[in-house]
Amino acid sequence: MKKILNGLAVIGFLLVGSAGVAVAAEEANHAAEPTHFPIHKPKEMDWTFAGPFGTFDKGQLQRGLKIYKEVCSACHSMNLVAFRTLEDLGYSEAQVKAFAAEYEVQDGPNGDGEMFTRKALPGDHFPSPFPNSAAAAAANGGAAPPDFSLIAKARGVERGFPTFVFDIFTMYASNGPDYIHALLTGYDEQPPAGMEIAEGTHYNPFFVGGKSLAMAKPLSDGQVTYEDGSPETVEQYSRDVSAFLMWAAEPHLEARKQTGFAVMIFLVLFAGLVYATKRKVWANVAH
Amino acid sequence: MSATDTSEPNRRDFLYVATGMAGAVGAAAVAWPFIDQMRPDASTLAASSIEVDVSSLTPGMSLTVKWRGKPVFIRNRTPEEIKAAQEVPMADLKDPVARNANISSDAQATDIDRTAGEGKENWLVMVGVCTHLGCVPLGQQGDFGGWFCPCHGSHYDTAGRIRKGPAPENLHIPNFQFISDTTIRVG
Amino acid sequence: MSGGHSTYSPKTGIGRWIDARMPLPRLVHDSFVSYPVPRNLNYAYTFGGILSIMLVAQILTGVVLAMHYANDTTLAFQSVEKIMRDVNSGWLLRYMHSNGASFFFIAVYIHIMRGLYYGSYKAPRELLWILGCIIYLLMMATGFMGYVLPWGQMSFWGATVITGFFTAIPLVGEWVQQLLLGGFAVDNPTLNRFFALHYLLPFMIAGVVVLHVWALHVTGQTNPTGIEVKSKTDTVAFTPYATIKDGFAMVVFLAVFAYFIFYIPNFLGHPDNYIQADSLKTPAHIVPEWYYLPFYAILRAITFNIGPIDSKLGGVLAMFGSIAVLFVVPWLDTSKVRSAVYRPWYKLFFWLFVINAIFLGWLGSRPAEGAYVIMSQLATLYYFAFFLVIMPVLGLIETPRRLPNSITEAVLEKNKSGSAHPAGATAAPETRG
Repeated sequence: MKKILNGLAVIGFLLVGSAGVAVAAEEANHAAEPTHFPIHKPKEMDWTFAGPFGTFDKGQLQRGLKIYKEVCSACHSMNLVAFRTLEDLGYSEAQVKAFAAEYEVQDGPNGDGEMFTRKALPGDHFPSPFPNSAAAAAANGGAAPPDFSLIAKARGVERGFPTFVFDIFTMYASNGPDYIHALLTGYDEQPPAGMEIAEGTHYNPFFVGGKSLAMAKPLSDGQVTYEDGSPETVEQYSRDVSAFLMWAAEPHLEARKQTGFAVMIFLVLFAGLVYATKRKVWANVAH
Repeated sequence: MSATDTSEPNRRDFLYVATGMAGAVGAAAVAWPFIDQMRPDASTLAASSIEVDVSSLTPGMSLTVKWRGKPVFIRNRTPEEIKAAQEVPMADLKDPVARNANISSDAQATDIDRTAGEGKENWLVMVGVCTHLGCVPLGQQGDFGGWFCPCHGSHYDTAGRIRKGPAPENLHIPNFQFISDTTIRVG
Repeated sequence: MSGGHSTYSPKTGIGRWIDARMPLPRLVHDSFVSYPVPRNLNYAYTFGGILSIMLVAQILTGVVLAMHYANDTTLAFQSVEKIMRDVNSGWLLRYMHSNGASFFFIAVYIHIMRGLYYGSYKAPRELLWILGCIIYLLMMATGFMGYVLPWGQMSFWGATVITGFFTAIPLVGEWVQQLLLGGFAVDNPTLNRFFALHYLLPFMIAGVVVLHVWALHVTGQTNPTGIEVKSKTDTVAFTPYATIKDGFAMVVFLAVFAYFIFYIPNFLGHPDNYIQADSLKTPAHIVPEWYYLPFYAILRAITFNIGPIDSKLGGVLAMFGSIAVLFVVPWLDTSKVRSAVYRPWYKLFFWLFVINAIFLGWLGSRPAEGAYVIMSQLATLYYFAFFLVIMPVLGLIETPRRLPNSITEAVLEKNKSGSAHPAGATAAPETRG
């Protein structure tokens, strides 16, 4: 039996290996005209929310919110996130109320049947910078900027075999933030000689949909002022906004991991008890 | 090994009981989310405060607004209505408690304690749900010129107090406050 | 086995009263307490119990999610996010349900593979096997329609592609597709009917499961030796022996399930399904849920016309054929020996089949280009050859190993050979039966 299994393993590896070689050879050919994107895989970052005991760094989320508000929100909506949830970031109810009041939302109709705008309340969601998606597309050269509520879960570079198998054991689930960080910091690389970049697009080897994207480099050093003394660099901005977007996409991440720990402990202990019981029950029966 | 097992019935019993108990605890813990999800969700709880502009209400006019899915009656009472309500002896009241969420829960159902308070006695803000079985009473009807519930015939007076019929309690008064002279926040 | 006399004797007055009127306690006692099971069942045989737990879990979480889900194309995506963000414990229930589908399929695949390995489909268990195949088909339909409900990009385009299969049918294809969609493309009518059916089908699964268990209890379980039960010493009572063993396997299975729910809940999903459906923009690579990938690879492997059948119809036929072939497995296997334990060559081809199926799954996730196409075609060839050539031919030419005379003999023989450590009789051999 062992021999057979070994044989099978060899056959399996040969098949997979030949596939891998074929694909690698194909990719090496096209430095100037790549066919698989992204050109570079994103770097794996250390996130405070990764791993079994991960928690959000509230200071970082607050900084990320500032970046979103001052930079991203000019084009990107976040219409699934309610202001009231910003209390998760460590703000008080009053602070959230004041923050919401900086936005205007449409409401109505009033008694006269007219729609009107009013200051946003904590129960409202982040308003979109554009009245509708057609307007958003028209203002951005035909492509509406994606909504940011779920962007950290809606983006991710395929990990490939065998990395995705290891990911199960390392609990790697930061595809989204890693990708966002890589994209935001990836604008400075120059395209290889001979590569043609379409008019009105910007080369970014980390972009998952092609060699260049419509969005220009959005962040530059010193652009946003930090009050807590964190470095005002593109690198830091990118990390902070990526972490913030992860929170926006998965606000119950901390509760999930904390519950998970209790559940896992219980299940492991319970499995031990059931196994001991099982051994006792079967003790006198050969099987 | 099997010989020692049978000679230790206590240890075996303990194991069975412990396993069974752990299973029961686990099952109960799993049941909780299934019950928990039925409670009002976060967005419902957040929508629990509204602001109402009452500048257009002259004495004798009412406004019905929706708060937490229920009607809230806001009435600017006429001097006659106020007088009628003030003159009711406490002994005539079926429910002597104010039912006003803004003051202590055992306050008497005097007219002043049913209203927005000193200087604003003309303002009555009530949840428009009959305390009998939840119908919406009709305004300025019934034997006492207040509200009348058509479902089962409960009569409320001009301060929204139950006077006759099957309803057990006065109409409830929600948390509210005047945040300006013309704006009331409910909730 | 179970057709014999009942050993249930109610001890209390009320027990006798009920037993005379509606003997449900007797049925439960005979089916799940005194019911005899072979004493040599290994952990591969615990997946039936695990599957029933998973079915119950999916129905419970599903009913609860339906309390919050809005079945309308303009609201569906937002309502799912409302569950994830605002509903109390909503994220937990939703992750339980979405990962539960995956773990349901993991369990069913192990269950099917166990059946193929130990020859559980062979006479007199053909109907039992066919009922299982029907459950599997219903599961696939349920899983597919459930994946459409969140109304993400993969939901939408998966539904578009899968309903597109039916356009391959000559003459009436378009008509059938429009019938399924309730329109010319996937839209609100499609979502509405998929939700209705997604709610209905699990209860139909539960109904067929009852038949499946009934058929099982008529013929009794197979066991790793493949020899039928011959005497009382071959069996143990279902309770406590099988219940506690199934219970342990369930807890371990649930622990792995919980690990996914709480730590990597989106590992088995696709990021694109967190983008709301857009009928004007197709994602770069459309892939179905992982549990359909082998069949998806078979679908795409047919890139050539076969006589009058064009490649599109050929692909669809191959894909449906790859499931249909399971129904006739009892008649394709010509071997007189049931269990792979005594069939060295079948064992080899079986494990090759498993690896091939996983390989097909991986190919299904790759883009259909270059070397992947050729590999898909080879793997598809082996998939069908296993059933249509190897199974019938091997049964005729293979020389099986010597069979023991009874289950009891097999057990005692095995324990004797492992007598270096007699205490191990209770633990170590379990993994291999």
